[in-house]
Amino acid sequence: MQVGVPKEIDSGEKRVAISPDGVSKLQKLGYEVCIERGAGVGANFSDADYEAKGASIAPDAAALWDGADIVLKVSIPQEHPGAGRHEADLLDEHKTLIGFVWPAQNEELMQRLAATGGTVLAMDCIPRISRAQNYDALSTMANIAGYRAVIEAGQHFGRFFTGQITAAGKVPPAKVLVIGAGVAGLAAIGTAVGMGAIVRAFDTRPEVKEQVESMNAEFLLLDFEEDGSGEGGYAKTMSKEFIEAEMALFLEQAKEVDIIITTALIPGKPAPKLITEEMVRAMKAGSVIVDLAAEQGGNCECTVPGEVAKVHGVSVVGYTDFPSWMAAQSSTLYSNNLCNLMGALTPDKDGNIVVDMTDEVIRGATVIEKGAITWPPPPPRLSAAPKNAPAAPAPAPEPKRPALSANVKSYLGVGVLAAAILGIGFAAPETFLREMVTFILACFLGWQVVWNVTPALHTPLMSVTNAISGIIVIGALVQMSNPSSWAVGLAAFAILMATINIAGGFLVTRRMLRMFQR
Amino acid sequence: MLQSIFCGLPLAALETVEAAGESWVSMNLIMAAYLVSGILFLLSLGGLSSQESAKRGAVFGIVGMALAIVATFYLPQVGGSPLAIGMMVVGGAIGLVLAKRVEMTAMPQLVAILHSFVGLAAVLIGFASYLDSSHVLVGTERTVHYIEIFLGVLIGAVTFTGSVIAYGKLDGKIGSSPLILPGRHLLNLGIGLVCIWLGVMFVGSETLAEGMWPLLGMTVLALVFGVHMVMAIGGADMPVVISMLNSYSGWAASATGFMLHNDLLIITGALVGSSGAILSIIMCQAMNRSFISVIMGGFGTQSASAGGGGEDQGEVQAITAEETAELIRQAKTIVVVPGYGMAVSHAQHPVSELAKRLRAAGKTFQFAIHPVAGRMPGHMNVLLAEAKVPYDIVLEMDEINDDLPEADVVIVIGANDIVNPSALEEPDSPIAGMPVLEVWKAGTVIVSKRSMATGYAGVQNPLFFKENTRMLFGDAKASVDGILAALGELAPHGKSKQTAGV
Repeated sequence: MQVGVPKEIDSGEKRVAISPDGVSKLQKLGYEVCIERGAGVGANFSDADYEAKGASIAPDAAALWDGADIVLKVSIPQEHPGAGRHEADLLDEHKTLIGFVWPAQNEELMQRLAATGGTVLAMDCIPRISRAQNYDALSTMANIAGYRAVIEAGQHFGRFFTGQITAAGKVPPAKVLVIGAGVAGLAAIGTAVGMGAIVRAFDTRPEVKEQVESMNAEFLLLDFEEDGSGEGGYAKTMSKEFIEAEMALFLEQAKEVDIIITTALIPGKPAPKLITEEMVRAMKAGSVIVDLAAEQGGNCECTVPGEVAKVHGVSVVGYTDFPSWMAAQSSTLYSNNLCNLMGALTPDKDGNIVVDMTDEVIRGATVIEKGAITWPPPPPRLSAAPKNAPAAPAPAPEPKRPALSANVKSYLGVGVLAAAILGIGFAAPETFLREMVTFILACFLGWQVVWNVTPALHTPLMSVTNAISGIIVIGALVQMSNPSSWAVGLAAFAILMATINIAGGFLVTRRMLRMFQR
Repeated sequence: MLQSIFCGLPLAALETVEAAGESWVSMNLIMAAYLVSGILFLLSLGGLSSQESAKRGAVFGIVGMALAIVATFYLPQVGGSPLAIGMMVVGGAIGLVLAKRVEMTAMPQLVAILHSFVGLAAVLIGFASYLDSSHVLVGTERTVHYIEIFLGVLIGAVTFTGSVIAYGKLDGKIGSSPLILPGRHLLNLGIGLVCIWLGVMFVGSETLAEGMWPLLGMTVLALVFGVHMVMAIGGADMPVVISMLNSYSGWAASATGFMLHNDLLIITGALVGSSGAILSIIMCQAMNRSFISVIMGGFGTQSASAGGGGEDQGEVQAITAEETAELIRQAKTIVVVPGYGMAVSHAQHPVSELAKRLRAAGKTFQFAIHPVAGRMPGHMNVLLAEAKVPYDIVLEMDEINDDLPEADVVIVIGANDIVNPSALEEPDSPIAGMPVLEVWKAGTVIVSKRSMATGYAGVQNPLFFKENTRMLFGDAKASVDGILAALGELAPHGKSKQTAGV
C-alpha cells in the first residue's frame, strides 16, 4: 500500500507528518511512501532528503491523494486553496486518513468525512494509557509546547533566568510559577530549572508532587484536602472552596514571581480561568505570562489567543501554535508517533493496514470506520494507575507482646543444648565425650571465622572448603592396614576421591584468588 | 580455644596400637602436626575476610593439608602403602586437570561434583571401618561406634547423590525445574522412618554379615533420598542447595572423624560444616525464605498469575545498542547489575571492556551484586574477577542500594528476580519481602534480556514496564558488543567542559 504525506495547508502550520527517517520506518513495515512536493520545507526537510530515503515526490495535492491508500497529516482537514476542494472530499472508501481531527469540536467536518465512506483515525483520540504512550501525539506536542513556553517567556522577559554574580553587580535568579504539572507543565519545569530559574509548580492532583520535586522544583501546597485527579490522567473541576483557596495562593505568588506559565486544561470544557486581571496587575512590570491553554480560551483573563498582549506592563503570550514554532523537532517526534501507530496497524509488516477494532487503542483512535462514525468510543478500560478503591489498609502491626523475647529464646536454646550434652555425658563413653567437646568448639570457631568472610569471596570459600574437606583422605589412609581386603579396596577408592578434592579444590581456589585484582 | 584442641588431641584409635614408639616420629609429634594443620585450616578460612589476605590463606591451607597427610603416613596403620600413594598420585592428577580445565562459568558444577566425592569417600570409609575386625568393641562403645558408622554413611550417601544431581542440574544435564512427586513429603517421612528402623536393626546386629544388610539397605535409601531432595528444588534455589551440600560434606567428614576417633577430621569437618551452614543462611536471607521451605522444594511452580497486578502491565519500550551507547555517553554514573544470564552468554568480558573504557573517560562505573545472583554464592564476583574487573568497583547489594537513585544509567544484564520491584511493592507476590536491588530508582534502566520470559521465580517483573525502563533484547554478549561498537572511542578523561563565562 502507498502512504501519502501532503503539504500542510493550515496557515502558519510548518510541521509535516513524516520526517525522512520516518520514510525508512514505513518502508520497513512494507509501505511505499509518497511525499507532496515541498511538504517538509517548513520543518527544514528538503524533497531531496525524502528522495534519498526512497520516497517518491508527488507534484501536487491532487496527485498525492489520488495515489495514496493511507494519508498521514498533521492538522485537521480543511478547504484546499491549491486544489480548490475540501481535503475531506479527497478521501474515499478505499482510503484511510490519520491525523488530528478533534471530533468533539468539528462535528460538521466529521459528517463530511463520514460521507466519503473512508476511514479516519484521530491522533488526538488515542487513549492515554501506558500501552499507547509511544503513539501519544498529544503528549509529544504538549512536551514541545512546555519547552517552547519557557523559551517564549525568555523572549519577552528582560532579564537572566539564572542568578549571577558579575563584576557589574549581582543578578537574582528569575522566579517561575508553573500551573498544571501535566506533560507540558513538567516540560516547562524541566526547561526553566535547566536555565537556572527558581521554579514552583502547582497542581490539583497531589500525586504529581513527587514528579515535580524530582525535577528540583518546589511543589506549592494548599491547606486544603481535595484530590483533583480525574480519569485518564487529567484533572477534574474542583469545589468552590478549593478554588477560592487556590486563587488566594495565586495572588500571593503573582506578587513574587517573574514568569507564570499556565497549562491547566480540563477535557471537554473551556480552560479554567486561574489568573485574574487583579493578579496580572499585582505582578511586577516586565513580568511574563505564557498561557498554553489559549486555544481553549486561556487560563488568564487577559489572554488574547494567537497574540502577545501587553497588560499592566505584563506580556501575556497567547500563541496557540507552539509546536509549529519548533517544526523540525515536532515533525520528527510526530513522525515517530505516527510510525509507531502504523507499526501497530500493520501486524504482519506486509504493507497492509489492519484496523483491528478489538484493540482498545486502535478502537479509541478510529473515529470513522468505512463511513460510519464510531466516535465517541466506549469508555476506556483503564489500566495505568487505575482509580482503584483504596487498598485495604495494611493490618495494623500487632501490639508487640514480648511473650518470648530474643533473649529468652537464646537462653532456652543454650539450656536445651546443655541438657542434651549432659544427657550424652551420662550415657556415652569418655572418648566420645572428649571428641564431642572438640567438635562443638570447632563449630563455634568456624562459625566466628566464616562470618568474617567477605561475600565477594564466597565462591573461593566454597572451593577451599572443598579442598580441606578432602582431609577425609586421612580417614581412608588409616584403613589401608585393614585385614579385610574388601575394606582396603574401598579405602583405596576413597583415597582417590579425596585426593581429587584436595588437588582440585586448592588449585581452583588459587586460580580464582589470583584473578581478584584491584 | 586452643586448649580445647589440646584436650581432644590424644587419638583414641592410636591407643590400641602398641608399636608406636618404633619410629623416630613419636605419636606426640604426629598429634602436634595435626594440631598445626587444624590451625592452618582455620587461618586459611580466616584469610578469606579480604582479597589481600586470601592468597596467603590459600597457602596456609595447602601447607596444612600437606602436613596432615605426611604425618598420617607415619602412623603405624598406614606405613607408606604403595597402593595408597598410587591412588593419591592418580587422584591428585585428576584433580589438577579438572581444576585447570574448568571455566569460571562452570565453577558451581565443579564445586558440586567435589562435594559428591567427599560424600562418596565418607560412605566408603564407613563401610571399610565396619569391615575392620582388627579390634573388637563391646558395650556402649560398640553401640556408639555403630551409630557413628551409621550416621557417617547416611550423611555421606545423601551428600553423594544430592551433589551428583545438583551437578547435573547446574550443568544442564538435568532440567532445572523442580520435580514434584505426589506425596513427596510422605515419601521423605517414610524413608526417614525406615532408616531409623534399619538403624536399630544395625546396632542390634550380632555378626558382621547380619549388620551388613541394614547398613546396605539404609545406604540405598539415603542415596534415593539425596536424589529426591535435590530433584525437587528449582534452579533459583541452587545457591542454597550448593551451600547446604557444602555443609553436609563437612558434617560427613566430621562423622567419619568420630567413627575413626580422629580429631583433625572432626575439627576440619566442623569448620567446613559451619561454613556451609552460614552460606546457606546468607542465601536464604537474600531470598527472604526459610531454610525449611527451600529444602521442602517446589519453589517456582506456582502459576505466574500469583504475580498479581498481572496481565495488562502496559507495553515495554525497546531500545537498540546504538541508543544505549548514546545514553551511556551522556551519563556520569553507570551501574551494571549482572545475573546468571551474563554468565550463560559469557558477556563478562565485553562488560569488563565497557567498564575499562568508561572509567578511562572519567565516568563512575560500578557493579552491583545481589547475594543470590548466579548459581552459587559469590559466583558473579569470580566471573568479573576473571574478566579483570577490579574488585573495588564490584559492590554488594547493601553497599550500593542507597546510591542507586544517584545513578544515571543502570544496565541489568541477564538478571530478573533480583531486580523485581514487586518483592517490595506486592505483599502477595511469591517473592515478597526478598531484598532486591532497587534499580528502578535510577535515571534510566536498560534491561538486556533474551526475551520477555519470567525469571526462575515465575513472577512477572513490573520493572520492564516502568517508564524509565528500556528493554535491550537479544543475547547479552551480542548486546554489550553492540554497545561497545556504537560507543567507539570516548574523549579521554581531563577534557573538562568550559566553565560558563561571566
